[in-house]
Amino acid sequence: MIHIRALHKSFGSRRVLDGVSGEVRQGEIVTIVGPSGCGKSTLLRCLNGLETFEDGCLSVAGFELTPGAARPGDLRRLRSAVGMVFQDFQLFPHLTVVENVTLAPRIVRGTPADSAKKTALELLDRVGLADRAEARPAQLSGGQKQRVAIARVLAQGVRVLLLDEPTSALDPEMREEVREVLRQVAHDGGGDGKALTIVLVTHEMRLAIELSHTLWVMQSGRIVESGVPKEIAARPESAVAREFLRLAGESSS
Amino acid sequence: MRVLFLLIVAALLLSSQRARAGDLAEVKARGELVWGGDLQGGEPFVFEDEKTPGKIRGFEVEIADAIARRLGVRAKFAQNDWSNLVPGLERGDFDMALNGLEDTPDRRQRILLSVPYFVYGETLTLRKGDERRSLSELSGRKVGTLNQTVAHDLLKQQPVEIVLYEGQQEPYFDLQHGRTDAVLLDHIIADRYGCVLKSLHCVPEDVARGVYVIGFQKGHTALQHAVDDALRAMIADGELRRILEGWKLWDARQDELAVRSAPPPPPAPVASAVAAAQPTREAAPAPRHFDGRQLHLFLEGALITIVLSVVSFAIAMPLGLLLAIGRLYFGPLVRTLCAAYIELFRGTPLLLQLYVLYFGLAPVIRLSPMTAAILGLGLNYAAYEAEVQRGALLAIPRGQTEAAEALGLSHAQTLRHVLLPQAFRTALPAVTNDFVALLKDSSLVSVLTVVELTKRMTIAAVDLRDWMIPGLACAGLYFAMSFPLSRLSRRLELKLQHDSHPRPA
Repeated sequence: MIHIRALHKSFGSRRVLDGVSGEVRQGEIVTIVGPSGCGKSTLLRCLNGLETFEDGCLSVAGFELTPGAARPGDLRRLRSAVGMVFQDFQLFPHLTVVENVTLAPRIVRGTPADSAKKTALELLDRVGLADRAEARPAQLSGGQKQRVAIARVLAQGVRVLLLDEPTSALDPEMREEVREVLRQVAHDGGGDGKALTIVLVTHEMRLAIELSHTLWVMQSGRIVESGVPKEIAARPESAVAREFLRLAGESSS
Repeated sequence: MRVLFLLIVAALLLSSQRARAGDLAEVKARGELVWGGDLQGGEPFVFEDEKTPGKIRGFEVEIADAIARRLGVRAKFAQNDWSNLVPGLERGDFDMALNGLEDTPDRRQRILLSVPYFVYGETLTLRKGDERRSLSELSGRKVGTLNQTVAHDLLKQQPVEIVLYEGQQEPYFDLQHGRTDAVLLDHIIADRYGCVLKSLHCVPEDVARGVYVIGFQKGHTALQHAVDDALRAMIADGELRRILEGWKLWDARQDELAVRSAPPPPPAPVASAVAAAQPTREAAPAPRHFDGRQLHLFLEGALITIVLSVVSFAIAMPLGLLLAIGRLYFGPLVRTLCAAYIELFRGTPLLLQLYVLYFGLAPVIRLSPMTAAILGLGLNYAAYEAEVQRGALLAIPRGQTEAAEALGLSHAQTLRHVLLPQAFRTALPAVTNDFVALLKDSSLVSVLTVVELTKRMTIAAVDLRDWMIPGLACAGLYFAMSFPLSRLSRRLELKLQHDSHPRPA
């Protein structure tokens, strides 16, 4: 579903991606972990064209991305298949919850308003927020906002879901409600019930172990270790993985 | 605090030391005859010498000097806005007003007047080929003149549409370009600014004649008589004629001076019609009070102000939005063009832009006064709205654009559905503020002969000889227009704020 070949990217003189390569199969859930600044968020943002890269090649959900800026039309087609959930939710404050969810289907896919709303209400029900459909984002808690953001991305009808630290902006007591929704999405698939391919960037080891089939450990713009999360947790090979597990252990205890 | 106090005391002392006007005895004691006039009236009345700034010249300067010499004192000029010469005289800023002051019944009631020193003719100027020769043939036509002149009073009695100007050149400019059908002004102005233009010609017979006189404060009869004697002597011994000849102002009309200045002064010969061209008519008495008719005119002025403001803002908003979008989201060429537009219109005075649009472009495109006014205000305010909208767009976090684009929205869709609705809310207070400012700035378009609220107020103030009541009425109407707007915007703002930051439910 996702093929990454020798991706390179720099911000000025700082190299953020230094020849990253990797594969994600259809329906696979991959979690990327690593210290701050290791390039994991940048890699994720390359996958839906929010960032460009300088060298290498990339294929996501059948769309080829090449170095430099892509054509706007190509990007829009890519993005209707690849959705992203942001750390800071980015709900649209001037729209109600249900309007946030129906915006892309109505505007991008041309779905009639009533059927878009019907789908939206079903999705909001899935994330446990059917009763807040007419609320404004400012009336919601952080956890609720992130659940709306997940419903919004599912309404796009995506096959690939990119999650950029979906719980790190939340107070600890709100993280569980979002984790619960993510577990359910990983299990039940997208809006159409088909299995989703998911790439998750997180600091939460628990979430990584629970949710994902594969764990990528990144350092300095490269993947230094990859494998089944439980195995890496039991026998980390790299220093980065050991450090990450130590910190994750501290924060969860 | 102490410094401020000292400054105020100093200012009071300085102002109290200004020469107070007085009767003849005080003038002689002071050794100085202070006379008021307006340098803006220009050549040949009183004007600043181009070559030696600070030195004033003009036939009235020479007359003032001659009178002073005959009184045994020195003449001293005091600059005063022409339309406020009479109030200035009454306030005591100078001993006499000497600056093309026409002899009218109204002035006679209010101040003392000397014998005349100049006879003027009201001259009708038309476009070449126009065979009409009198005002009565111009029924229903547009006739231009200056505000507060005898010509204006004459036109008020005619069934013509009066177009009022502030400067002496503009009436003839508009006549040349077909915006009016005729201009009526006294012959000194007509000879200099109108009759010399190739496409215009002046009717040789005067529509009416009148005289320029010198004004004194009521009660200063001794000074009045002394100046009258001096003027009569100047007429008798030919000094006045030499002065006027020196300025090429002596003509057959001036033969009337001797008769008109003979003691006792004849009763007000204002606007006495000449020949058979014009039947003599007493000036219609100006309204003395702020009555229902005045109020009606004020409401009309307010309506014009509203139409001007609303329509020009309806141009400014979308144009400003386009400029802001062009400056933010387009390529370098469009960006530069938009920035250049904004800087040009913000960096030059609105008044200048209005002049360019109305007078400057007239040879290319002849805009009506109202069109030019609306366009001028709209184009100017678009520059300000562009900056307001740009600021509001820039205030939206970058993540909103990314979120919209990650959802597959195009740039245009992102702008339309995500960015602009949010920018609109942020910009609302500033936009309302600008609209209120526009409401008041719209008074500038009176230079294009549009009679809106402020212009109506100044006309009424002159008619009623009172600034207080028209001023209050004008202020009240502006307030009545802007206050509800401020309230409405406040309510909208609160509502929008509530939508995005409501109390937790």
